[in-house]
Amino acid sequence: MSVFSVPRLRANAREWRESVLFLLLVGPNLLLLAAFTFWPMIYNAYLSTISWNFLSPIRRFVGLRNYETVLSSEIFRVVLINTAVFTVVSVAATMALGLGLALLLNQPLRWREGTRAVLFTPTVLSGAAIAIVWIYIFDPRFGLLAQILGWFGILSPNWLADPNWAMTALLIVYIWKNTGYAVVIYLAGLQTIDRTLYEAARIDGAGPWGQFWHVTLPGLSPIIFFLLVTSILACFQAFDIIRVMTDGGPVNATNMLVYHLYERGFIQSQAGPAGVVAMVMFVLMLILTLLQLRFLERRVHYS
Amino acid sequence: MEQQAGLQQRAAMKRHGRRQRARALQQRLLWRMAGYAAIIVSVLVIGLPIYWMLVASLKTSREIYIVPPTWIPLNPTLDNYPDAWRAAPFARYYINSIIVTLATTLSKMTLAVLTAYALVFLRFPGKNIVFLIVLAALMVPAQITIVPNFLTMGDLGLVNTYWGLILPGAATAFGTFLMRQYFMTLPREVFEAAEIDGAGHMRRLWEIAVPLAMPALVTTGLFAVVNEWNEFLWPLIITSTEDMRTLPIGVARLLDQEGLARWGVVMAGTMFVVLPVVVLFVWAQRYIVEGIAAGAVKG
Repeated sequence: MSVFSVPRLRANAREWRESVLFLLLVGPNLLLLAAFTFWPMIYNAYLSTISWNFLSPIRRFVGLRNYETVLSSEIFRVVLINTAVFTVVSVAATMALGLGLALLLNQPLRWREGTRAVLFTPTVLSGAAIAIVWIYIFDPRFGLLAQILGWFGILSPNWLADPNWAMTALLIVYIWKNTGYAVVIYLAGLQTIDRTLYEAARIDGAGPWGQFWHVTLPGLSPIIFFLLVTSILACFQAFDIIRVMTDGGPVNATNMLVYHLYERGFIQSQAGPAGVVAMVMFVLMLILTLLQLRFLERRVHYS
Repeated sequence: MEQQAGLQQRAAMKRHGRRQRARALQQRLLWRMAGYAAIIVSVLVIGLPIYWMLVASLKTSREIYIVPPTWIPLNPTLDNYPDAWRAAPFARYYINSIIVTLATTLSKMTLAVLTAYALVFLRFPGKNIVFLIVLAALMVPAQITIVPNFLTMGDLGLVNTYWGLILPGAATAFGTFLMRQYFMTLPREVFEAAEIDGAGHMRRLWEIAVPLAMPALVTTGLFAVVNEWNEFLWPLIITSTEDMRTLPIGVARLLDQEGLARWGVVMAGTMFVVLPVVVLFVWAQRYIVEGIAAGAVKG
């Protein structure tokens, strides 16, 4: 008995030491995540049920009244519609343009790598800086766009001051910023498609269109899905360019989820409604992220 | 007779083959031309606003307001740069941006490596639960934590401080996930050999895992630097005085201040914000672009 217990003890001691080391290594990261990622969500849920202006010592519990107020408000309807329009148009345009460009660039061309780098550049530039440059480009009198439209005899709209045009202007900037990112992702995906599949399709008598339909698209489907989810998530999180370029205006024409959250919380100081907007955003994004994780899991299984 | 028919057939086949090849070659040429057209058009469209920012920063105030605008500055000047530097405390913005970016990035890299190593190479009864917690953190976008985090910082007395700017972005679920994926691909034998040689876990981590995982670590670091440098929402909320602002917030304020009066100065200000990232990107674009692409393809 005692003969066996000594090594067991030693093994136990080592296991115990390893467990302590494990906790020491993951501890700091988990503590920070707990404090600034998980706790805020509980806090948001709590905020969404109270009436409070952040300053007064009085916090009144109002149950679900904030949800009623926000979800039935005209402004929130506008915000949701704006977010939906912005997301659908910008994701569709970015993905379609990106795919077209990637297909054209996916051949042995000179300056291909350089082009890829140039296309990707807007992705790494500060949104605030980009917004400022575009304000200058959109100026209806001395702006670059007014001049280019002038060549075709078109009178430039007052892009950022006109509620009918502000969303279009914002979409132009975001499509300009994100298309290069899509091209890079598509090109990486195209590289993974097995060349021999094209040979086989050609032998079966498929033309360029048939090859695209039966080989390229199925081969790209995981990439297309990845881009779709990440692009939608990115649209839901758009803020910096909106804040600098339009401030959600004119007349809420470009007011979207994050801007609305910022407005409720930090401009109007309404803790309750801000909590509600955060909760709604969380639910919307959770659905998307779960979709993406399902996809990741599948990919990890394959590799 | 038969022979002749055979010969004729073969000649016909040859002709047909040649015609096919010619058509294929023609198609490939057309496709190649379309490719070059795509390069020219896309580089022009993407590059033009960036070129416009640079050119406007070199124009005199008078030239900015010429209609139609000039494509090449008539008499390029660098005067806007010192003017912008004086119009807002850019030196201070730079110091703040550098401090916050470096601290956040180093913290993210360190925590990602430590957590990922523990998740891959250490035995622990609740290991899967820890990994699930990291995955769950991926599902909470930073944007929706701003109000509670601002209140937390208020309680801690960290509003308008470096700690307030840095802490919420110091941990990383994404980086941990990335590093874990990479560590799982490393050959176990190397670690087992080191263990037999009597190297403890910390030595194995610093001398084997980190050097081997350098590519993934560099990618994690570069992403963090770019994201942190451009971060707008959190610094906007958590800073309240001029001396704590970071570059993107500072340049947005420069716009409010100089607005439509001095576009050249404002453009010089935006150049201050984007130049460091452009330099970094030119130097490390392969890592950044490859990293992004690999992340998407490998999942």
